[in-house]
Amino acid sequence: MSAMFEGYAGTGPAYDEMFDGRALRPPYQRLRTSLQALTQPELVSRVEALQAGYLDQGVTFDIGGEERAFPLDILPRVIEQATWASIDAGVQQRVRALELFLTDIYDAGQVFDDGVIPRRVITTSSHYHRAAAGVRPPNGVRVHVSGIDLVRDNAGEFRVLEDNVRVPSGVSYVMTNRRAISSALPETIAAHRIRPVAAYPQRLLAALRAAAPAGVADPTVVVLTPGVYNGAYFEHALLARTMGVELVEGRDLECRRGRLMMRTTRGLAPVHVVYRRVDDEFLDPVHFRADSMLGCPGLIDACRAGNVTLANAVGNGVADDKLVYTYLPDIIRYYLSEEPLLRNVDTWRVGDAEAREEVLDRLDELVLKPVDGSGGKGIVIGPRASRAELDELRTKVLADPRSWIAQPVVQLSTVPTFVDGALGARHVDLRPFAVHDGSRVWVLPGGLTRVALAEGELIVNSSRGGGSKDTWVLAGPRTDRADDIPPADRSDRAGRAGAAEPARRPEPPEPPPATRETPGPVLADLAEREQQQQQQQQQQQPTRTEGAPC
Amino acid sequence: MLSRIAESMFWIGRYVERAEDTARILDVQTSLLLEDATLDEDDTCHGLLSIMGVDDAPDHVDLAFVLGALAYDTTSPTSIAAAVGAARESARRARETLSVPLWEVINTTYRDIVSGRFAQRRAPGIFQWVRERSALINGTADATMTRDEGWHFLVLGRCIERADMTSRLIATAAVTSGGTSDQWTSTLRACGAYEAFLRAYRGVTSERTAAEFLLLDRLFPRSVVFSLNRAEQCLANLESPGTTAGARAGFSNEAQRLLGRARTELEYRSLADVVADLPAEMERMQRTCALATDAVTRRFFAGAEALAWQGVTSA
Repeated sequence: MSAMFEGYAGTGPAYDEMFDGRALRPPYQRLRTSLQALTQPELVSRVEALQAGYLDQGVTFDIGGEERAFPLDILPRVIEQATWASIDAGVQQRVRALELFLTDIYDAGQVFDDGVIPRRVITTSSHYHRAAAGVRPPNGVRVHVSGIDLVRDNAGEFRVLEDNVRVPSGVSYVMTNRRAISSALPETIAAHRIRPVAAYPQRLLAALRAAAPAGVADPTVVVLTPGVYNGAYFEHALLARTMGVELVEGRDLECRRGRLMMRTTRGLAPVHVVYRRVDDEFLDPVHFRADSMLGCPGLIDACRAGNVTLANAVGNGVADDKLVYTYLPDIIRYYLSEEPLLRNVDTWRVGDAEAREEVLDRLDELVLKPVDGSGGKGIVIGPRASRAELDELRTKVLADPRSWIAQPVVQLSTVPTFVDGALGARHVDLRPFAVHDGSRVWVLPGGLTRVALAEGELIVNSSRGGGSKDTWVLAGPRTDRADDIPPADRSDRAGRAGAAEPARRPEPPEPPPATRETPGPVLADLAEREQQQQQQQQQQQPTRTEGAPC
Repeated sequence: MLSRIAESMFWIGRYVERAEDTARILDVQTSLLLEDATLDEDDTCHGLLSIMGVDDAPDHVDLAFVLGALAYDTTSPTSIAAAVGAARESARRARETLSVPLWEVINTTYRDIVSGRFAQRRAPGIFQWVRERSALINGTADATMTRDEGWHFLVLGRCIERADMTSRLIATAAVTSGGTSDQWTSTLRACGAYEAFLRAYRGVTSERTAAEFLLLDRLFPRSVVFSLNRAEQCLANLESPGTTAGARAGFSNEAQRLLGRARTELEYRSLADVVADLPAEMERMQRTCALATDAVTRRFFAGAEALAWQGVTSA
């Protein structure tokens, strides 16, 4: 039918999100229809415009000091409303549980006494910080922002791969990707109803303001960045800009008598909430690494004194620990008395003696991950590793089993991706972002889809050559457009229609006809003629009624 | 506003202006060398390099060397390419404060340099390109930025740099050919001031009138006095926005004092006196600009000193 997706095939056992064998899956119907008219050369020229646009706008990330345009694939990933609803609920549940868990372990530690998770798992984690014990955040929130990494297994079920509740990055690309794709594929965007992502900065700002110390009516919020050489500097600047707050570096800050100040052209000004994008270890040389130039001496004490709020709180990394991850289903049941809505990927704790034996036997068919790694560092994929690599791994695992977990090779789901002038199936994951403001957890509809650009590659991190995709969460169908939904779909959606109907904005009052007060001597003649025409036009046009498109 | 951001704004203003004015100076000098066969290329180039602050030039220099050092070479601190790169780096540091269109025009200008498109352009065309990009940047800033502190720092940087560079332009005119009227005509042209000058002085081009115009004209936006005036206004706005505090006596801002004194000296001394030794006079002007920059740095940017970078990773 469409030349564009002809010859496309998923790879191996992995779940392809667009095609089920040769049959198109429902969420992608409109996408294919709207792309049908596009010829290959036109697609290529749009891809080029997309990349040039990112370079011009400076949408970049740094690898080893070199700035590169953030790679964005032109074909979006589509997630249907119902699927998204389950992800949304699952992420909310997970964040609520993590929040309660962190509060507990840095306080009374009930969870240890009740035998849900051994205390040593926490205390041996390299991200457990005693400095954070007993620090109570003003509105009880520790996980203001989180990114829960999801993958889709061979059956198409979304599973949690890891939690990021320290300083998850990537949300800026969700926003810039949407803008870029809107201009690259305007027809396709118009054919879909996609839930918007642009509201993120306002949500984040509201959550940060809600976290301000008590008694501060109009808190000053800042974003703390390590500096322009940090890989995610673009994101820090974008968030500061779109929230309308200052972007500060450690050297802009100073602690005086337990209060945090920033250096301005008019002297020191107080700061109440710090959305920090600096890792725990670098935040405060008094408590952590003494050689850090990125933080501010005294910050932790100011935080403990309740004069400043850090978002996210110090010590959250313990929840990112992949060993703690293995206990998460129990943790959810313990705190919320609910069954986990999103399942973990099957995982062995190499630290457990019986599991270790099995893992060591099957080293060549499993994926081994260091428990405190991020960015895909240190991961060994058994089937891809050489004999020597496996031997080295075995030595490392035996030396320090606590530091490793093992998982079966998860075939990440695939989505058609445009690479080197051709469409191919590439593996993707999904990082939805959640913002917790103290009363509810809001999940940004969509999140960042990362795609491994090399064929068959499973590691999607952008520091390892991964790209990204715009992720569309479809909104419910419009009732008045029901007739252009394919019949097969209609029955499926009919039950939900109306519930998601957004409130229609009232028609704005008709603006008065535009006239220029002072057209200037040359334009005066022209303008007069134009006015006459406009007046004639109005006589022919009936007054607009309710329901006209605005 | 954060001191560090204020400093970045100030330097964006300076670097963009520096790129533009360097292009203007080079434009005059290269066309003079081509047109006037009596000029000694070596001497002219040496004179130009020393006025632009290149001290370590080899004994024999030709036009190609000058173009490298002052235009193309990204590693030479005096070149246009380096100035654009520095402007962009400053803009990157103040990115959340700049309007998006302003950031984008600065960034695309820089992209042309790193992508090599800049190096491919040839001599006269390249100067036009730099002037146009700079006009685009300044125009975008003018059209999209709120007139807050950031704006005042941007304009302050631009005006101090312009006073400095116009003084260099005047110095090159006075030095390289002893100030023939041809030389002054092309200097005026480089500033886009020739027609304005002709109207104001009814067509008599001499060293005296041309220098007077470029130094003292109160209405021409590239003259030294005009630039100093604007810089003083910016400082006054920064010192006491919306109030008249400190209006009773004197100025407490060292930069304001320095610039005001330099301007009044130019304006109140007799022209013959000023023109008598233009190169020395202009050098004093440049020193004043440097001192004023120091004073601004101490007054507003203190504590924004650069620190050594430590690597950090984020999840």
